[in-house]
Order: sequence, then C-alpha cells, then structure tokens
Amino acid sequence: MAKVHLDEGSVIDGFTIGKRVHKGGMAVFYEVSHPDHAIPMLMKVPMLNEGEDPAAIVGFEMEQMILPKLSGRHVPRFIAAGDFAVQPYLVYERIPGETLYKRIENLPMAIEDAAAIGAKVATALNDLHRQNVIHLDIKPSNIIIRAGSGEIVLIDYGLSRHLHLPDLMAEEFRLPYGTAPYMAPEQVYGIRNEPRSDLFALGCMLYFFVTGRRPFGDPQSLKGLKKRLWWDPTPPRALNKNVPPWLQEIILRCLAPNPDHRYPTAAQLAFDLSHPDQVALSPRAEKLKRDKWSERVKRRYHPNTYIPVPRRDRGEESNLSAAPIVAVAIDLQESHADLRAALFTTVQRVMSTVPDARLACLNVMKTNLISMDQTVDEDGRSIHVQKLVQLKDWARPLGLPQDRLSYHVLEATDAGASILDYVRANHVDHVVLGARTDSRLRNILGSVSIEIVQKAPCTVTVVRKPRDYAGEIAAAVPVAGDVKL
Amino acid sequence: MRIAFLADIHANFEALTACLADIASQKVDRLVFLGDVVGYGADPKACLDIVREKCGTGALVVRGNHDEAMGISAFKASDVAAKALAWTQTRLSADDRAWLANIPMEINEGNLLFVHASAARSATFPYIHGLRDAGESLTATKAFVTLVGHVHDPALYHISATGKVMGFIPIVNTGIPLSPQRRWLAVMGAVGQPRDGNPAAAYGILDTKTNEIFYNRVPYDVEGAAAKIRAAGLPDILWQRLSAGR
Repeated sequence: MAKVHLDEGSVIDGFTIGKRVHKGGMAVFYEVSHPDHAIPMLMKVPMLNEGEDPAAIVGFEMEQMILPKLSGRHVPRFIAAGDFAVQPYLVYERIPGETLYKRIENLPMAIEDAAAIGAKVATALNDLHRQNVIHLDIKPSNIIIRAGSGEIVLIDYGLSRHLHLPDLMAEEFRLPYGTAPYMAPEQVYGIRNEPRSDLFALGCMLYFFVTGRRPFGDPQSLKGLKKRLWWDPTPPRALNKNVPPWLQEIILRCLAPNPDHRYPTAAQLAFDLSHPDQVALSPRAEKLKRDKWSERVKRRYHPNTYIPVPRRDRGEESNLSAAPIVAVAIDLQESHADLRAALFTTVQRVMSTVPDARLACLNVMKTNLISMDQTVDEDGRSIHVQKLVQLKDWARPLGLPQDRLSYHVLEATDAGASILDYVRANHVDHVVLGARTDSRLRNILGSVSIEIVQKAPCTVTVVRKPRDYAGEIAAAVPVAGDVKL
Repeated sequence: MRIAFLADIHANFEALTACLADIASQKVDRLVFLGDVVGYGADPKACLDIVREKCGTGALVVRGNHDEAMGISAFKASDVAAKALAWTQTRLSADDRAWLANIPMEINEGNLLFVHASAARSATFPYIHGLRDAGESLTATKAFVTLVGHVHDPALYHISATGKVMGFIPIVNTGIPLSPQRRWLAVMGAVGQPRDGNPAAAYGILDTKTNEIFYNRVPYDVEGAAAKIRAAGLPDILWQRLSAGR
C-alpha cells in the first residue's frame, strides 16, 4: 500500500528521502537526492487515503501527465514519476527562491515592482501557453522567483489542462476547481480550455499587489463565485492613488468577464506591462468608482450579460497564432516611394488577415558613439518626438484601433542589433522590413535585413519594391538570333 | 515494447505500404492488425499476402466483419459493402478466404486486448460511436488498454476507478500518456478508408514501457488507390470517399 509519510533516509526507486519540506492540502513534499541527478530535487507524494477528495487523485494523475511534457525556464524540470500501484510520487527540480506568497505580507507593493513581476509572470505564461498548457491555478503561492536570475517559475500543475491530452479533471467536475479569489468566471462554469483564464488570474493578482485587496474577495459558494460576471470591483486607483491610469487600464482589461475582452495573449499583456507609455487608455483607466448599484443589478438580470460558453476549437490551432505581435521596421528616410508603398501594403495584408494581431512600429535612430548625441535639431525640437510623430503618420492609414498599435524609436549605434534586441525582449512573432534599395549603401553598411533574417527567432518578411519587368528584360543576356522585344 | 496497430486496411495497398514504410522508421517491435484486411478496396490479394507474411513472422491479426464475410455467401451488409465483398471473394483463393474467416475474434496479451469492434459482444461487431458504446466495451473487459478499429474515426476513451467514462479526440503525433489509474479504449482510425475528414492513412503505436499512445497519419497515393477501385468497377462511392476522407 502506498504511503504518504516517508521516513528520512529511506530509498524509493533510487531516490533517498530527505527532510519533509512542506505539507500542503493535497500532498507532502520531501527533499530527495539520487546518484544520477546532481540537481536539488523535490518529491511530491499525494495524499490518496480514503476519504480524500477524488480531485486530489485526478489532479495528481494530470500533473503526472503534463509535467513530463513541459520544458523551458519557466517550469520545474521533471525527473521521475512513481508507479501508482506501488508508490505514487513525482520528482522534479527544486527551484531555489521564494514564492510570491511571501510578498503578500507587505502590500501594497511599489507600482514598478508589481508591473515588473506582472510582466515576468505574463512572459512565463506565454511560454506555457505556447506548449499548449493552461495553468488554471495562477496565484502567489504557485509562482516562484528563481534566486539569482529573478525569472519566474510556475509550479503545481494539478489543475492544469494540456490542450492536446485528455482532460481527466473534467469527469470529476461537480464544483469548479481553482482558487476562489483568482478563478476566471469561465472556470466557475467548468470551462477548462481557455488560455485567457490565466490572464484573469494574473489580473486578480496584480490588483491584490497594488491595493492589498482581492478584487472579488474570497467567496466560498458557487453563487458567490458567479458574481464576478456582473459585479465590477472597486477601481484600483480608488484604493491606492499611486496606481497610474495605465496600470488600472491593464488590470481592469485582465478582469473583463468575457475572455474576448481581455488581452488576446499573455505576450500582448507582457508587452503592455513593459511599455507603460504605449498602453491605450480607455475611460476605465481613470475610473474612481464602481458602476452604480442599479447598473450592476441590471447587468445581473439582463439577458445579454455575458455567460461563459465553451470554446469550440479542439485546441490543435493554438489561439496564440491568431494573435501574434508583428513588428515593422520603418526607414523614415526611405526615398523610394515604391518601397514605402510595398512595405505598407505588406503590413496592411498581415494585419487584416489576423484580427487580433498587434503591430509595433519601429524606427532606429542612429546615435553616434564618438560625438555628443544629437537629440535636438537646429530649431530645438526633440528628434525623438519628431520620429514618433512620423511613425504615427505612417501607421495612420492602416486604420487600426489604438490598442493594436504601438510606436518605438530605438536609439542605437547598430540598427540590426537593436531591432533584434527588441524582437527578443518583446516576444515578437513576425518582423516585416524593407530591403535597402541603394546597393552602394548596402555594401558599405552591410544589410540589416540579412542580419535580421539570419538571427531573428521568428518569421521575417523582407519587402522589396515592385518588380521592374521592363528593366529585367532589358538587362537580360541577349539571345542569339533576332529576338524582337 | 512498441506495438503498431493497423485497423481497417480494406484492401488499400497504397495506404498499407505507406503505413508500413512509416512504421519501419519508428522502431516498432511488433505489428497488430485490428481486422478488416479486405473489402471496399481494389487490392485484397496483395494486402492479404502482406498481412499473412507478417503474421508468419510474429504479427497478430484479429477478425473483422469483412474478413469473416469471406467465409460466407449471403452477406448481412449494405448494398455497397455486399457488392464489394462479392467482388473480393472472386479475387481470393479458397485458401485465402478460409484463412481470413478463421482469424481469431480477439487476442488477450498481458493487460492488452485486441479486438476489431468492441470488447462487448465482439462477435456482433457493434460500433463505438460515443460514450455509451465505449462504456459498454470498457466494462466488458479488465484489460488496461483495449485496441479496436471498425468505426474508421480515431478516438480515445477512458474509464476511472469510479466508473466515469470520458472521450477524447486524439491529436496527431502527440504522445498521450495513459494513466495506469484508469482503463483505456483506443479506437484506431482506418489505414485504408479514413472517415474523419483527413484522407491520410491512420495507424497507431502503443509504447508499453512508457504507457504512451500515438495516433499517426501518413499521406499516401490516394488518387492511385481510387483509380484502381474505379477500374475494378466497384461502386463509385468507394473511390470517391477516399479523397474526401469521409
């Protein structure tokens, strides 16, 4: 019979049991060591005794299925799983560092800290969602800041869903599984295939971090949990005047009852948290009061109020691909009208075929290493601001709403390197840029487009000016005989 | 051990050889044919020769309803199927027909069960179309994994210790871990006549060491197989449905 309490010094499948580190609601954790694995490790042993919640068993089965499928910096490395019939356990990397739970003793935290943590958690979620896994239990105690690197590691996959694997949890569904203060409304309705549920939870966490209060409290009944569909929380700025409008905008967007009204992807949320000046502000950014009592009640009983419905897709097509971040590098000095037009048309096509795509317009402002940087022109105008104005003018005919657009002037000595840095830091999925037309200049400076094609971690589209057929024919090698053109 | 499962070949030589070529690159230790080697397709003899040869070197085969029909003269089958069966009989020797009709109904090996249609009432070849049918099969056996074909539409069902039955439409080329805490019913897609909208040939691999199951798809020369069915004068629907995968 499987045991829950293991003796220090005993050995299971080669793992020597060390100290008991933690006893949670559903499992006990031990330090373990193994001659084949040099890293610090934890063994998680589920409590499967009679009378335990069957969800504990299924949750453990799910974690045994999902954890070995995950990889990367934002998840603990899976080492081994024990046979259920003999001694069920999971062994994985022990992450050095503390969970965010430690931080809730001192709330509210500084705005910059909350935004920085939020951006890191969103980055980790993006990595998880790319692997077709939705965490579904994002909360401070499941998030570790790795000592040293400061990166976020997400732990505990007992309530998670892998979109490419059977959902064993669905069958045990009687009450919604999740953690009440952070659970998205669709989770309350038993929907377990919506990646944006994790963004709702992250929004709840950010709200808590900057106000010291949980946006929806800690309801213990199904009725109480459903309230978050129509009951809007007090705007964070009313509780902490230091919360800037941009952060309130982000938090309240995450807390939208309908997932379609939240950020389309964790990458786009990470983007906004890292670029406060680019957040498109709506009236909710400035809100200081909750909606009127009568409005809330009306929402509750109105037939058009959003009620979660399951996503119809089976998950093969990750919704991440439907909401990419596209970056276009714009050469504001580009003298060839043809190339300018071709670049614009290409971007227009990309943006119109992918309705949730977000566009970042980039311009590299060359700075000089030796001389003093020239940041104002002869008339005293800031060159940086001028360039932003020009970028906005470039993008205006695209007719995109503000929350799908952002503008960035990168000051750098090396255009290629600065664009690549931007692409890596901001989870860009697709770069569009023009090929330098002046071959003389290209020979001297090297080709930025070639460097980006070679080194970018994503799709790159290089746009050329339209083909000059007449010129091509004229330049072709003459064919023997009298060919009339 | 890695076992490859090929269900519902249905005399489709192009699809069968494409799957076997794919399997050759997959470090597979054993082949199991889940029935319906013949029927519908234009190459019963060539497909049967391959299956008989593989069975001579360790492969296993269970009986499908089309295989069983090779031993009888009056078919309880739809008009299209009956026409194809009658035609198929003319292409096979008495020895081949007898071999097909005498394939075992089901094979139990360790904690695995191989059967063409369902573990419940296997001799009547019931279809597993949903949770109720799956539940019947899952409760009719103690096997950890039951592997079947027959419906031509891949699916994976499981039953928990508390008797709850759930279904899942498998995603191609993803190793699905089969938790030992429950029992599983794996419905393989068809090699020779897929009906899930994807015309590529379907087969599966079970890794008994890691308890992972893979549902694989292999594109093959659909037009070639269809042209042969047409040339053989078999009902049009039989070649038309190959390219639609319906």
